[in-house]
Amino acid sequence: MSLTIDQVHRVAHLARIEISDSEADRTLGQLNEIFALIEEMQAVDTQGVEPMAHAQDVAQRLRADRVTESGQTDQRTAFQSVAPETEAGLYLVPRVIE
Amino acid sequence: MKAWEVVIGIETHAQLSTQAKIFSGSATAFGAAPNVQANAVDIALPGVLPVLNKGAVECAIKFGLAVGAKIAPRSVFARKNYFYPDLPKGYQISQYELPVVLGGQLAISLGETERTVNLTRAHLEEDAGKSLHECPGANFHGRTGIDLNRAGTPLLEIVTEPDMRSSAEAVAYARALHALVRWIGICDGNMQEGSFRCDANVSVRPVGQAEFGTRREIKNLNSFRFMQQAIDYEVQWQIATLEDGGSIEQATVLFDPQSGETRAMRSKEDAHDYRYFPDPDLLPLLIDRQWVDETAARMPELPAARRDRLAAEYGLSAYDARLLTASLELATYYEAAVAAAGKSGAKACANWVMVDLTARLNKEDREIGQSPVSAEQLGGMIARIADGTISTNIARKVFDALWNREGDSADEIITSHGLQQITDSSELEALIEEVLATNATMVAEFRTGKEKAFNALVGQAMKATRGKANPQQVNALLRKKLG
Repeated sequence: MSLTIDQVHRVAHLARIEISDSEADRTLGQLNEIFALIEEMQAVDTQGVEPMAHAQDVAQRLRADRVTESGQTDQRTAFQSVAPETEAGLYLVPRVIE
Repeated sequence: MKAWEVVIGIETHAQLSTQAKIFSGSATAFGAAPNVQANAVDIALPGVLPVLNKGAVECAIKFGLAVGAKIAPRSVFARKNYFYPDLPKGYQISQYELPVVLGGQLAISLGETERTVNLTRAHLEEDAGKSLHECPGANFHGRTGIDLNRAGTPLLEIVTEPDMRSSAEAVAYARALHALVRWIGICDGNMQEGSFRCDANVSVRPVGQAEFGTRREIKNLNSFRFMQQAIDYEVQWQIATLEDGGSIEQATVLFDPQSGETRAMRSKEDAHDYRYFPDPDLLPLLIDRQWVDETAARMPELPAARRDRLAAEYGLSAYDARLLTASLELATYYEAAVAAAGKSGAKACANWVMVDLTARLNKEDREIGQSPVSAEQLGGMIARIADGTISTNIARKVFDALWNREGDSADEIITSHGLQQITDSSELEALIEEVLATNATMVAEFRTGKEKAFNALVGQAMKATRGKANPQQVNALLRKKLG
Protein backbone atom coordinates (compact mmCIF):
# COMPACT_ATOMS: atom_id res chain seq x y z
CA MET A 1 0.00 0.00 0.00
CA SER A 2 1.26 3.46 -0.78
CA LEU A 3 -0.12 6.96 -0.30
CA THR A 4 -0.92 9.47 -3.02
CA ILE A 5 0.09 13.12 -2.92
CA ASP A 6 -3.63 14.07 -2.61
CA GLN A 7 -3.91 11.97 0.54
CA VAL A 8 -0.91 13.76 2.02
CA HIS A 9 -2.52 17.12 1.33
CA ARG A 10 -5.81 15.92 2.79
CA VAL A 11 -4.22 14.65 5.99
CA ALA A 12 -2.29 17.90 6.32
CA HIS A 13 -5.51 19.85 5.91
CA LEU A 14 -7.33 17.74 8.51
CA ALA A 15 -4.50 18.42 10.94
CA ARG A 16 -4.50 22.11 9.92
CA ILE A 17 -0.83 21.90 8.91
CA GLU A 18 0.21 24.16 6.07
CA ILE A 19 2.69 22.42 3.75
CA SER A 20 4.27 23.50 0.50
CA ASP A 21 4.29 21.21 -2.56
CA SER A 22 7.95 20.32 -2.02
CA GLU A 23 7.29 19.51 1.64
CA ALA A 24 4.35 17.35 0.56
CA ASP A 25 6.56 15.45 -1.87
CA ARG A 26 9.20 14.86 0.80
CA THR A 27 6.54 13.81 3.33
CA LEU A 28 4.99 11.42 0.81
CA GLY A 29 8.32 9.63 0.48
CA GLN A 30 8.82 9.43 4.26
CA LEU A 31 5.30 8.22 4.93
CA ASN A 32 5.57 5.56 2.24
CA GLU A 33 8.74 4.27 3.87
CA ILE A 34 6.81 3.95 7.13
CA PHE A 35 4.03 2.13 5.32
CA ALA A 36 6.60 -0.32 3.97
CA LEU A 37 7.67 -1.05 7.55
CA ILE A 38 4.06 -1.56 8.56
CA GLU A 39 3.60 -3.97 5.69
CA GLU A 40 6.52 -6.01 6.95
CA MET A 41 4.96 -6.11 10.42
CA GLN A 42 1.64 -7.18 8.98
CA ALA A 43 3.27 -10.40 7.85
CA VAL A 44 3.31 -11.47 11.50
CA ASP A 45 0.45 -13.80 12.38
CA THR A 46 -1.65 -12.02 15.06
CA GLN A 47 -4.56 -14.43 15.01
CA GLY A 48 -6.08 -14.68 18.48
CA VAL A 49 -4.08 -11.78 19.88
CA GLU A 50 -6.24 -9.16 21.53
CA PRO A 51 -5.48 -5.66 20.18
CA MET A 52 -3.69 -3.46 22.70
CA ALA A 53 -5.20 -0.14 23.68
CA HIS A 54 -2.05 1.02 25.41
CA ALA A 55 1.62 0.13 25.43
CA GLN A 56 1.49 -0.63 29.15
CA ASP A 57 -0.55 -3.55 30.42
CA VAL A 58 -2.11 -1.73 33.37
CA ALA A 59 -5.57 -0.42 34.18
CA GLN A 60 -6.74 3.18 34.40
CA ARG A 61 -6.51 4.71 37.87
CA LEU A 62 -9.53 6.66 38.97
CA ARG A 63 -9.90 9.90 40.91
CA ALA A 64 -12.62 10.42 43.48
CA ASP A 65 -15.49 12.65 42.39
CA ARG A 66 -14.31 15.65 44.36
CA VAL A 67 -13.73 19.26 43.35
CA THR A 68 -10.09 20.08 44.01
CA GLU A 69 -9.78 23.45 42.31
CA SER A 70 -12.41 25.78 41.02
CA GLY A 71 -13.96 29.21 41.15
CA GLN A 72 -10.54 30.81 41.22
CA THR A 73 -10.44 34.06 39.34
CA ASP A 74 -6.73 34.52 40.08
CA GLN A 75 -6.04 31.28 38.21
CA ARG A 76 -8.10 32.59 35.30
CA THR A 77 -6.14 35.82 35.38
CA ALA A 78 -2.89 33.86 35.17
CA PHE A 79 -4.13 31.73 32.27
CA GLN A 80 -5.52 34.71 30.40
CA SER A 81 -2.39 36.79 30.79
CA VAL A 82 -0.88 34.80 27.92
CA ALA A 83 -4.04 34.76 25.77
CA PRO A 84 -3.94 37.03 22.71
CA GLU A 85 -7.30 38.62 23.50
CA THR A 86 -9.88 38.38 26.30
CA GLU A 87 -13.03 40.24 27.26
CA ALA A 88 -15.33 39.87 30.28
CA GLY A 89 -13.51 36.69 31.34
CA LEU A 90 -13.89 35.11 27.91
CA TYR A 91 -11.21 34.17 25.42
CA LEU A 92 -11.80 35.99 22.15
CA VAL A 93 -11.25 34.15 18.89
CA PRO A 94 -11.98 34.95 15.24
CA ARG A 95 -15.71 34.81 14.72
CA VAL A 96 -17.11 31.31 14.27
CA ILE A 97 -20.38 31.09 12.41
CA GLU A 98 -22.38 27.98 11.73
CA MET B 1 -48.80 7.96 -4.28
CA LYS B 2 -46.42 5.72 -2.38
CA ALA B 3 -46.74 5.01 1.30
CA TRP B 4 -43.65 5.97 3.26
CA GLU B 5 -42.18 4.58 6.42
CA VAL B 6 -40.29 6.85 8.80
CA VAL B 7 -37.12 5.53 10.49
CA ILE B 8 -35.65 7.37 13.46
CA GLY B 9 -32.67 6.75 15.71
CA ILE B 10 -31.81 9.04 18.62
CA GLU B 11 -28.49 10.04 20.14
CA THR B 12 -28.67 11.74 23.50
CA HIS B 13 -25.99 13.58 25.39
CA ALA B 14 -26.78 13.42 29.09
CA GLN B 15 -24.59 15.58 31.32
CA LEU B 16 -23.69 13.46 34.32
CA SER B 17 -24.42 14.84 37.79
CA THR B 18 -20.90 14.63 39.16
CA GLN B 19 -19.29 17.27 41.36
CA ALA B 20 -16.08 17.37 39.35
CA LYS B 21 -15.25 17.08 35.67
CA ILE B 22 -14.58 13.78 33.94
CA PHE B 23 -10.80 14.18 33.75
CA SER B 24 -10.00 17.00 36.20
CA GLY B 25 -10.87 18.35 39.64
CA SER B 26 -12.76 21.42 38.36
CA ALA B 27 -16.37 21.96 39.41
CA THR B 28 -19.19 21.27 36.96
CA ALA B 29 -21.76 23.64 38.51
CA PHE B 30 -23.84 25.59 36.01
CA GLY B 31 -23.78 29.37 35.84
CA ALA B 32 -20.33 30.29 37.22
CA ALA B 33 -18.45 33.35 35.94
CA PRO B 34 -16.75 32.57 32.61
CA ASN B 35 -13.61 30.42 32.76
CA VAL B 36 -13.32 30.22 36.54
CA GLN B 37 -14.15 26.50 36.43
CA ALA B 38 -11.55 25.76 33.79
CA ASN B 39 -8.23 24.55 35.14
CA ALA B 40 -4.99 23.64 33.42
CA VAL B 41 -6.33 20.25 32.29
CA ASP B 42 -9.59 21.71 30.96
CA ILE B 43 -7.87 24.40 28.91
CA ALA B 44 -5.27 21.87 27.72
CA LEU B 45 -2.05 23.47 28.88
CA PRO B 46 0.97 21.49 27.66
CA GLY B 47 2.04 18.61 29.88
CA VAL B 48 -1.22 18.03 31.72
CA LEU B 49 -2.73 14.55 31.94
CA PRO B 50 -6.33 13.44 32.32
CA VAL B 51 -7.33 11.26 35.29
CA LEU B 52 -10.73 9.60 35.03
CA ASN B 53 -13.45 10.51 37.56
CA LYS B 54 -14.79 7.42 39.32
CA GLY B 55 -18.18 9.10 39.81
CA ALA B 56 -18.67 9.45 36.06
CA VAL B 57 -17.94 5.74 35.56
CA GLU B 58 -20.46 4.89 38.27
CA CYS B 59 -23.13 6.89 36.44
CA ALA B 60 -22.44 4.83 33.32
CA ILE B 61 -22.68 1.59 35.34
CA LYS B 62 -26.01 2.71 36.83
CA PHE B 63 -27.36 3.48 33.39
CA GLY B 64 -26.22 0.12 32.03
CA LEU B 65 -27.93 -1.66 34.93
CA ALA B 66 -31.13 0.36 34.48
CA VAL B 67 -31.52 -0.61 30.81
CA GLY B 68 -30.37 -4.21 31.17
CA ALA B 69 -27.25 -3.62 29.10
CA LYS B 70 -23.89 -5.32 29.17
CA ILE B 71 -21.36 -3.35 31.16
CA ALA B 72 -18.02 -3.78 29.43
CA PRO B 73 -15.40 -5.26 31.79
CA ARG B 74 -12.83 -3.40 29.68
CA SER B 75 -13.47 -0.24 27.69
CA VAL B 76 -11.14 2.19 25.98
CA PHE B 77 -10.99 5.97 25.58
CA ALA B 78 -10.25 7.36 22.14
CA ARG B 79 -9.44 10.74 20.68
CA LYS B 80 -11.94 12.23 18.28
CA ASN B 81 -9.98 14.81 16.33
CA TYR B 82 -11.45 18.05 15.07
CA PHE B 83 -10.74 21.73 15.36
CA TYR B 84 -13.09 24.17 16.98
CA PRO B 85 -12.26 27.05 19.32
CA ASP B 86 -14.30 25.65 22.20
CA LEU B 87 -12.31 22.38 22.06
CA PRO B 88 -8.94 23.40 23.49
CA LYS B 89 -7.03 20.15 22.91
CA GLY B 90 -8.00 19.82 19.25
CA TYR B 91 -9.64 16.52 20.11
CA GLN B 92 -12.46 15.31 22.30
CA ILE B 93 -11.81 12.37 24.60
CA SER B 94 -14.58 9.89 23.87
CA GLN B 95 -15.01 6.15 23.45
CA TYR B 96 -15.18 4.53 20.05
CA GLU B 97 -14.67 0.83 19.41
CA LEU B 98 -14.99 -0.31 23.01
CA PRO B 99 -17.70 1.70 24.82
CA VAL B 100 -18.55 1.19 28.49
CA VAL B 101 -22.21 0.16 27.96
CA LEU B 102 -23.39 -2.20 25.21
CA GLY B 103 -26.98 -2.87 24.18
CA GLY B 104 -29.93 -2.57 26.51
CA GLN B 105 -33.57 -1.68 26.08
CA LEU B 106 -35.95 1.04 27.15
CA ALA B 107 -39.72 0.61 27.41
CA ILE B 108 -41.77 3.46 25.97
CA SER B 109 -45.50 4.03 26.09
CA LEU B 110 -47.75 5.72 23.57
CA GLY B 111 -51.17 6.07 25.12
CA GLU B 112 -52.12 2.55 26.08
CA THR B 113 -49.58 0.72 23.95
CA GLU B 114 -46.13 -0.19 25.18
CA ARG B 115 -43.07 -1.20 23.21
CA THR B 116 -39.33 -1.28 23.67
CA VAL B 117 -36.60 0.64 21.93
CA ASN B 118 -33.28 -1.15 21.56
CA LEU B 119 -30.14 0.69 22.51
CA THR B 120 -26.91 0.25 20.63
CA ARG B 121 -24.49 1.58 23.20
CA ALA B 122 -23.69 4.29 25.69
CA HIS B 123 -20.24 5.79 26.04
CA LEU B 124 -18.45 8.25 28.26
CA GLU B 125 -16.97 11.43 26.86
CA GLU B 126 -16.15 15.01 27.73
CA ASP B 127 -18.24 18.03 26.77
CA ALA B 128 -16.77 20.99 24.86
CA GLY B 129 -16.80 24.62 26.02
CA LYS B 130 -19.28 27.23 24.89
CA SER B 131 -18.98 29.72 22.06
CA LEU B 132 -20.72 33.03 22.67
CA HIS B 133 -21.37 35.34 19.77
CA GLU B 134 -22.91 38.09 21.80
CA CYS B 135 -23.47 38.72 25.43
CA PRO B 136 -25.12 41.63 27.21
CA GLY B 137 -22.74 44.24 28.51
CA ALA B 138 -19.74 43.01 26.53
CA ASN B 139 -18.41 43.89 23.13
CA PHE B 140 -16.53 41.15 21.35
CA HIS B 141 -15.50 43.44 18.46
CA GLY B 142 -17.04 41.02 15.98
CA ARG B 143 -15.28 38.04 17.54
CA THR B 144 -16.48 34.96 19.33
CA GLY B 145 -16.12 34.64 23.11
CA ILE B 146 -15.06 31.28 24.52
CA ASP B 147 -16.12 30.04 27.96
CA LEU B 148 -14.40 26.78 28.91
CA ASN B 149 -16.34 26.16 32.15
CA ARG B 150 -18.27 23.39 30.41
CA ALA B 151 -15.17 21.87 28.78
CA GLY B 152 -14.56 18.50 30.38
CA THR B 153 -18.04 18.09 31.89
CA PRO B 154 -18.82 14.36 31.81
CA LEU B 155 -21.34 13.20 29.24
CA LEU B 156 -22.95 9.86 28.62
CA GLU B 157 -23.86 9.58 24.95
CA ILE B 158 -26.74 7.14 24.60
CA VAL B 159 -27.38 5.77 21.11
CA THR B 160 -30.46 3.84 19.95
CA GLU B 161 -30.95 1.48 17.07
CA PRO B 162 -33.01 2.97 14.20
CA ASP B 163 -36.07 1.61 16.00
CA MET B 164 -38.61 4.42 16.05
CA ARG B 165 -41.23 4.85 13.34
CA SER B 166 -42.81 8.24 14.09
CA SER B 167 -42.08 11.55 15.78
CA ALA B 168 -44.49 10.48 18.53
CA GLU B 169 -42.39 7.38 19.22
CA ALA B 170 -39.21 9.45 19.16
CA VAL B 171 -40.64 11.87 21.71
CA ALA B 172 -41.97 9.00 23.85
CA TYR B 173 -38.47 7.52 23.86
CA ALA B 174 -36.83 10.85 24.73
CA ARG B 175 -39.30 11.37 27.58
CA ALA B 176 -38.79 7.85 28.93
CA LEU B 177 -35.01 8.26 28.79
CA HIS B 178 -35.25 11.70 30.42
CA ALA B 179 -37.36 10.26 33.23
CA LEU B 180 -34.98 7.33 33.69
CA VAL B 181 -31.71 9.29 33.92
CA ARG B 182 -33.32 11.57 36.50
CA TRP B 183 -34.81 8.62 38.37
CA ILE B 184 -31.44 6.92 38.79
CA GLY B 185 -29.86 10.27 39.62
CA ILE B 186 -27.19 10.40 36.92
CA CYS B 187 -28.41 13.57 35.15
CA ASP B 188 -30.50 16.52 36.31
CA GLY B 189 -32.34 16.53 32.97
CA ASN B 190 -32.38 20.32 32.76
CA MET B 191 -32.95 20.87 29.07
CA GLN B 192 -32.76 24.68 29.18
CA GLU B 193 -29.28 24.45 30.64
CA GLY B 194 -28.32 21.83 28.07
CA SER B 195 -28.00 18.92 30.49
CA PHE B 196 -30.03 16.65 28.19
CA ARG B 197 -29.63 17.18 24.44
CA CYS B 198 -30.94 14.98 21.66
CA ASP B 199 -29.95 14.48 18.03
CA ALA B 200 -32.40 12.66 15.77
CA ASN B 201 -31.32 10.64 12.73
CA VAL B 202 -34.26 10.67 10.36
CA SER B 203 -34.83 8.85 7.08
CA VAL B 204 -37.81 7.64 5.07
CA ARG B 205 -38.27 4.60 2.81
CA PRO B 206 -41.14 3.17 0.79
CA VAL B 207 -43.16 0.77 2.93
CA GLY B 208 -41.86 -2.75 2.37
CA GLN B 209 -38.33 -1.70 1.33
CA ALA B 210 -35.69 -3.51 3.35
CA GLU B 211 -32.84 -0.98 3.08
CA PHE B 212 -32.92 2.26 4.98
CA GLY B 213 -33.16 5.55 3.14
CA THR B 214 -30.38 8.15 3.41
CA ARG B 215 -30.57 9.85 6.77
CA ARG B 216 -30.18 13.42 7.87
CA GLU B 217 -29.23 14.21 11.44
CA ILE B 218 -31.14 16.94 13.29
CA LYS B 219 -28.77 18.35 15.90
CA ASN B 220 -29.30 19.76 19.39
CA LEU B 221 -33.00 19.34 20.02
CA ASN B 222 -33.41 20.83 23.47
CA SER B 223 -37.14 20.42 24.03
CA PHE B 224 -39.63 17.64 23.39
CA ARG B 225 -41.90 20.01 21.50
CA PHE B 226 -39.10 21.06 19.16
CA MET B 227 -38.17 17.43 18.66
CA GLN B 228 -41.67 16.62 17.47
CA GLN B 229 -41.87 19.71 15.24
CA ALA B 230 -38.40 19.20 13.77
CA ILE B 231 -38.97 15.53 12.93
CA ASP B 232 -42.41 16.21 11.44
CA TYR B 233 -41.00 18.95 9.24
CA GLU B 234 -37.97 16.87 8.23
CA VAL B 235 -40.13 13.86 7.31
CA GLN B 236 -42.44 15.98 5.17
CA TRP B 237 -39.44 17.60 3.50
CA GLN B 238 -37.77 14.27 2.72
CA ILE B 239 -40.98 12.75 1.32
CA ALA B 240 -41.69 15.83 -0.79
CA THR B 241 -38.10 15.83 -2.10
CA LEU B 242 -38.25 12.15 -3.05
CA GLU B 243 -41.71 12.40 -4.62
CA ASP B 244 -40.45 15.30 -6.73
CA GLY B 245 -37.81 12.95 -8.10
CA GLY B 246 -35.00 14.34 -5.96
CA SER B 247 -32.64 12.45 -3.69
CA ILE B 248 -31.59 12.92 -0.08
CA GLU B 249 -27.98 13.71 0.70
CA GLN B 250 -26.58 12.75 4.05
CA ALA B 251 -26.33 15.95 6.07
CA THR B 252 -26.43 17.53 9.48
CA VAL B 253 -29.34 19.90 9.89
CA LEU B 254 -30.45 22.40 12.49
CA PHE B 255 -34.01 23.13 13.56
CA ASP B 256 -35.10 26.75 13.60
CA PRO B 257 -37.91 27.10 16.14
CA GLN B 258 -38.90 30.47 14.68
CA SER B 259 -39.66 29.18 11.19
CA GLY B 260 -40.39 25.60 12.25
CA GLU B 261 -38.02 24.39 9.51
CA THR B 262 -34.86 22.33 9.38
CA ARG B 263 -31.92 23.51 7.29
CA ALA B 264 -28.63 21.91 6.40
CA MET B 265 -25.51 23.21 8.12
CA ARG B 266 -22.72 24.46 5.92
CA SER B 267 -21.41 21.23 4.51
CA LYS B 268 -17.99 20.31 5.74
CA GLU B 269 -16.75 17.53 3.52
CA ASP B 270 -14.24 16.25 6.06
CA ALA B 271 -16.39 16.87 9.11
CA HIS B 272 -16.83 13.16 9.63
CA ASP B 273 -13.20 12.23 9.30
CA TYR B 274 -12.45 12.30 12.99
CA ARG B 275 -9.41 9.98 12.79
CA TYR B 276 -10.24 8.21 16.05
CA PHE B 277 -7.41 6.43 17.85
CA PRO B 278 -6.93 5.14 21.41
CA ASP B 279 -5.89 7.99 23.70
CA PRO B 280 -2.35 7.22 24.89
CA ASP B 281 -2.95 9.45 27.94
CA LEU B 282 -5.53 7.05 29.32
CA LEU B 283 -5.32 3.37 30.17
CA PRO B 284 -8.14 0.90 29.58
CA LEU B 285 -11.03 1.26 32.02
CA LEU B 286 -11.59 -1.98 33.90
CA ILE B 287 -14.90 -2.60 35.69
CA ASP B 288 -15.09 -5.77 37.74
CA ARG B 289 -18.16 -7.70 38.81
CA GLN B 290 -17.83 -6.53 42.40
CA TRP B 291 -18.03 -2.86 41.43
CA VAL B 292 -21.11 -3.52 39.32
CA ASP B 293 -22.77 -5.47 42.15
CA GLU B 294 -21.99 -2.79 44.72
CA THR B 295 -23.43 -0.14 42.43
CA ALA B 296 -26.53 -2.24 41.80
CA ALA B 297 -27.09 -2.50 45.54
CA ARG B 298 -27.22 1.31 45.80
CA MET B 299 -29.69 1.78 42.94
CA PRO B 300 -33.29 2.83 43.63
CA GLU B 301 -36.10 0.47 42.60
CA LEU B 302 -36.48 1.12 38.85
CA PRO B 303 -39.55 2.90 37.42
CA ALA B 304 -41.12 -0.18 35.81
CA ALA B 305 -40.72 -2.27 38.98
CA ARG B 306 -42.01 0.58 41.13
CA ARG B 307 -45.01 1.01 38.86
CA ASP B 308 -45.91 -2.67 38.99
CA ARG B 309 -45.47 -2.74 42.75
CA LEU B 310 -47.64 0.36 43.31
CA ALA B 311 -50.38 -1.17 41.15
CA ALA B 312 -50.24 -4.48 43.03
CA GLU B 313 -49.71 -3.16 46.54
CA TYR B 314 -52.27 -0.33 46.49
CA GLY B 315 -54.75 -1.63 43.92
CA LEU B 316 -54.11 1.21 41.49
CA SER B 317 -54.87 1.08 37.78
CA ALA B 318 -51.93 0.70 35.42
CA TYR B 319 -52.56 4.25 34.26
CA ASP B 320 -52.49 5.72 37.76
CA ALA B 321 -49.41 3.72 38.67
CA ARG B 322 -47.65 5.03 35.59
CA LEU B 323 -48.52 8.64 36.35
CA LEU B 324 -47.34 8.27 39.94
CA THR B 325 -44.00 6.89 38.78
CA ALA B 326 -43.29 9.74 36.38
CA SER B 327 -40.44 10.68 38.70
CA LEU B 328 -38.78 9.17 41.74
CA GLU B 329 -39.77 12.24 43.77
CA LEU B 330 -43.43 11.82 42.88
CA ALA B 331 -43.46 8.08 43.64
CA THR B 332 -41.70 8.70 46.95
CA TYR B 333 -44.14 11.48 47.82
CA TYR B 334 -47.09 9.24 47.02
CA GLU B 335 -45.89 6.38 49.17
CA ALA B 336 -45.14 8.73 52.06
CA ALA B 337 -48.68 10.12 51.78
CA VAL B 338 -50.12 6.60 51.87
CA ALA B 339 -47.99 5.80 54.90
CA ALA B 340 -49.59 8.77 56.69
CA ALA B 341 -53.13 8.13 55.44
CA GLY B 342 -53.13 4.38 55.95
CA LYS B 343 -53.32 1.81 53.19
CA SER B 344 -57.10 2.15 52.92
CA GLY B 345 -56.51 5.71 51.75
CA ALA B 346 -54.19 4.63 48.94
CA LYS B 347 -56.69 5.28 46.15
CA ALA B 348 -57.69 8.64 47.63
CA CYS B 349 -54.02 9.58 47.96
CA ALA B 350 -53.49 8.74 44.29
CA ASN B 351 -56.35 11.01 43.29
CA TRP B 352 -55.26 13.87 45.51
CA VAL B 353 -51.67 13.66 44.30
CA MET B 354 -52.54 13.32 40.60
CA VAL B 355 -55.39 15.83 40.52
CA ASP B 356 -55.40 18.51 43.22
CA LEU B 357 -51.72 18.57 44.10
CA THR B 358 -50.45 18.30 40.51
CA ALA B 359 -52.85 21.00 39.29
CA ARG B 360 -51.75 23.35 42.04
CA LEU B 361 -48.06 22.65 41.43
CA ASN B 362 -48.45 23.19 37.69
CA LYS B 363 -50.35 26.42 38.26
CA GLU B 364 -47.50 27.79 40.35
CA ASP B 365 -44.82 26.19 38.17
CA ARG B 366 -43.35 24.18 41.01
CA GLU B 367 -41.73 20.78 41.18
CA ILE B 368 -43.01 18.16 43.60
CA GLY B 369 -39.94 18.78 45.77
CA GLN B 370 -41.11 22.37 46.25
CA SER B 371 -44.64 21.50 47.33
CA PRO B 372 -45.68 23.56 50.35
CA VAL B 373 -47.88 20.64 51.39
CA SER B 374 -45.77 17.71 52.54
CA ALA B 375 -46.71 14.09 51.88
CA GLU B 376 -47.29 13.60 55.62
CA GLN B 377 -49.66 16.60 55.75
CA LEU B 378 -51.60 15.43 52.72
CA GLY B 379 -51.82 11.86 54.04
CA GLY B 380 -52.96 13.17 57.42
CA MET B 381 -55.72 15.14 55.76
CA ILE B 382 -56.85 12.15 53.72
CA ALA B 383 -57.06 10.11 56.93
CA ARG B 384 -59.54 12.72 58.25
CA ILE B 385 -61.69 12.31 55.14
CA ALA B 386 -61.63 8.55 55.60
CA ASP B 387 -62.74 8.72 59.24
CA GLY B 388 -65.56 11.15 58.45
CA THR B 389 -64.11 14.17 60.29
CA ILE B 390 -64.29 16.24 57.12
CA SER B 391 -65.98 15.90 53.74
CA THR B 392 -64.08 15.96 50.44
CA ASN B 393 -65.36 19.50 49.88
CA ILE B 394 -64.09 20.72 53.23
CA ALA B 395 -60.85 18.88 52.54
CA ARG B 396 -60.25 21.25 49.63
CA LYS B 397 -60.38 24.12 52.14
CA VAL B 398 -57.99 22.29 54.44
CA PHE B 399 -55.69 21.65 51.48
CA ASP B 400 -55.70 25.36 50.60
CA ALA B 401 -54.93 26.23 54.20
CA LEU B 402 -52.06 23.73 54.27
CA TRP B 403 -50.78 25.12 50.99
CA ASN B 404 -50.83 28.64 52.48
CA ARG B 405 -49.11 27.30 55.60
CA GLU B 406 -51.94 28.34 57.90
CA GLY B 407 -51.17 25.36 60.10
CA ASP B 408 -48.75 22.49 60.49
CA SER B 409 -51.23 19.68 60.03
CA ALA B 410 -54.72 18.97 58.78
CA ASP B 411 -55.85 18.32 62.37
CA GLU B 412 -54.60 21.70 63.52
CA ILE B 413 -56.37 23.48 60.65
CA ILE B 414 -59.62 21.56 61.15
CA THR B 415 -59.66 22.64 64.80
CA SER B 416 -58.54 26.22 64.33
CA HIS B 417 -60.87 26.84 61.37
CA GLY B 418 -63.79 24.92 62.94
CA LEU B 419 -64.18 22.62 59.97
CA GLN B 420 -65.32 19.37 61.65
CA GLN B 421 -68.18 17.75 59.85
CA ILE B 422 -71.49 17.92 61.74
CA THR B 423 -72.20 14.29 62.39
CA ASP B 424 -74.48 14.81 65.37
CA SER B 425 -77.85 14.16 63.73
CA SER B 426 -79.90 16.11 66.30
CA GLU B 427 -77.80 19.20 65.61
CA LEU B 428 -78.25 18.62 61.90
CA GLU B 429 -81.99 18.00 62.26
CA ALA B 430 -82.40 21.32 64.07
CA LEU B 431 -80.55 23.11 61.27
CA ILE B 432 -82.74 21.44 58.65
CA GLU B 433 -85.94 22.35 60.47
CA GLU B 434 -84.77 25.94 60.32
CA VAL B 435 -84.03 25.73 56.62
CA LEU B 436 -87.47 24.28 55.92
CA ALA B 437 -89.12 27.02 57.97
CA THR B 438 -87.31 29.87 56.21
CA ASN B 439 -87.79 28.40 52.72
CA ALA B 440 -91.50 27.68 52.75
CA THR B 441 -91.88 28.53 49.04
CA MET B 442 -89.35 25.91 48.02
CA VAL B 443 -91.04 23.36 50.25
CA ALA B 444 -94.38 24.15 48.60
CA GLU B 445 -92.82 23.82 45.12
CA PHE B 446 -91.34 20.47 46.07
CA ARG B 447 -94.72 19.27 47.22
CA THR B 448 -96.17 20.08 43.79
CA GLY B 449 -93.62 17.68 42.33
CA LYS B 450 -90.71 19.92 41.44
CA GLU B 451 -87.57 17.87 42.06
CA LYS B 452 -85.45 20.95 41.38
CA ALA B 453 -86.78 22.50 44.55
CA PHE B 454 -85.36 19.59 46.52
CA ASN B 455 -81.87 20.26 45.19
CA ALA B 456 -82.27 23.91 46.09
CA LEU B 457 -83.20 22.88 49.63
CA VAL B 458 -80.11 20.67 49.87
CA GLY B 459 -78.08 23.67 48.75
CA GLN B 460 -79.66 25.85 51.43
CA ALA B 461 -79.02 23.22 54.07
CA MET B 462 -75.37 22.85 53.07
CA LYS B 463 -75.05 26.61 53.17
CA ALA B 464 -76.55 26.72 56.63
CA THR B 465 -73.97 24.18 57.81
CA ARG B 466 -71.23 26.09 55.98
CA GLY B 467 -70.46 22.94 54.06
CA LYS B 468 -69.64 20.99 57.17
CA ALA B 469 -72.48 18.50 56.87
CA ASN B 470 -72.24 15.21 55.09
CA PRO B 471 -74.30 15.73 51.89
CA GLN B 472 -75.67 12.17 51.95
CA GLN B 473 -76.83 12.65 55.50
CA VAL B 474 -78.46 16.01 54.65
CA ASN B 475 -80.19 14.39 51.71
CA ALA B 476 -81.56 11.57 53.77
CA LEU B 477 -82.75 13.86 56.56
CA LEU B 478 -84.47 16.21 54.12
CA ARG B 479 -86.29 13.34 52.43
CA LYS B 480 -87.40 12.10 55.80
CA LYS B 481 -88.70 15.51 56.92
CA LEU B 482 -90.46 16.23 53.62
CA GLY B 483 -91.69 12.69 53.07
